[in-house]
Amino acid sequence: MAGMGGRMSTVIKAKISRLLDRAEDPSETLDYGYQKQVEHLQNVKKGIADVVTSKKRLQMQSQKLEQQVVKLDTQARQAVSQGREDLARAALERKTVAQTELQSLDTQVNELEAQQEQLTQAEQKLRGKIEAFRTKKEVIKAQYSAAEAQVKIGEAATGVGEEMADVGLAIQRAEDKTEQMRARAGAVEELEAAGTFEDLTQLGSGQDDIDRELAQIGAGSQVDDELAKMKSELGSGEGDSPQLGEGEQKEGA
Amino acid sequence: MIVRVSGEGQFRLPDEDAGRLNELDNRAVNAVEQGDEAGFRELWSQMLEIVASDGNALEDDELVESDVILPPRDVTFREAEGEFTGEGLIPD
Repeated sequence: MAGMGGRMSTVIKAKISRLLDRAEDPSETLDYGYQKQVEHLQNVKKGIADVVTSKKRLQMQSQKLEQQVVKLDTQARQAVSQGREDLARAALERKTVAQTELQSLDTQVNELEAQQEQLTQAEQKLRGKIEAFRTKKEVIKAQYSAAEAQVKIGEAATGVGEEMADVGLAIQRAEDKTEQMRARAGAVEELEAAGTFEDLTQLGSGQDDIDRELAQIGAGSQVDDELAKMKSELGSGEGDSPQLGEGEQKEGA
Repeated sequence: MIVRVSGEGQFRLPDEDAGRLNELDNRAVNAVEQGDEAGFRELWSQMLEIVASDGNALEDDELVESDVILPPRDVTFREAEGEFTGEGLIPD
């Protein structure tokens, strides 16, 4: 069926063929072929392990961010109850940034989860093919003359080789994807290092660069809503007691 | 004929499907060349549908070369574009 296939599938087939490390030397096909397949399976396992490592790293980062979200929320409440709307606003802006990062991290973790699952299935399939090749090789050797056996085993090796090349392609794609995620995770770490999610009590008075940046990003309306909600919650909880904070706010407004 | 969907394995399809697959494939490439992502997606899902409806998965002990190899199911438009500019799934 030479020449079969449209342009897209022809290009893919050509590329897979190029990845396919054919055992051209027929004398190698008989035993060396199987050994090479088993080695390749080890590489596949390593590829899966890399995906798992990346996933765990993102999960740890996600847990850290979750803690930050809780902490910043608590700080915002404390600031509101002390009448420090400026601090509360800063904390909520940071919380919004942390929540956005958190969502994006969770999406990435899910993607890696799916990738791990897919690669694991591919590994099992390849393992099955390699095992079948080992059995088939012995049967062919017993049934055919040496010359015929070489041809037949060569054909079977090509079938396994295509499977190996295809799994190799899947691993390469997974690596590209985790590489992009790693770059993104690095950017989040930079934000952390810059103090974006740090304890607000450590900040001096007035705005720092991050505050200004955050204000520019305009986490605005969400922060306004949340701040209003927090104020009403905390306000209603304190009943009739005199509210120094509220007075100050009115003067300031 | 034997069709491989990259990342999923091989399927045996009636030879009559070759013409339809070819046609859809070439139209998909045209869509890519015209930057028509929606068109590409539609054609690509039609190709996958043919494999799903007419194809039977090969057993693990069938060790044969594929006649046709299709890209991974989740191939992105950007990857498809890259296939024809040398920056594709497997860079030249």
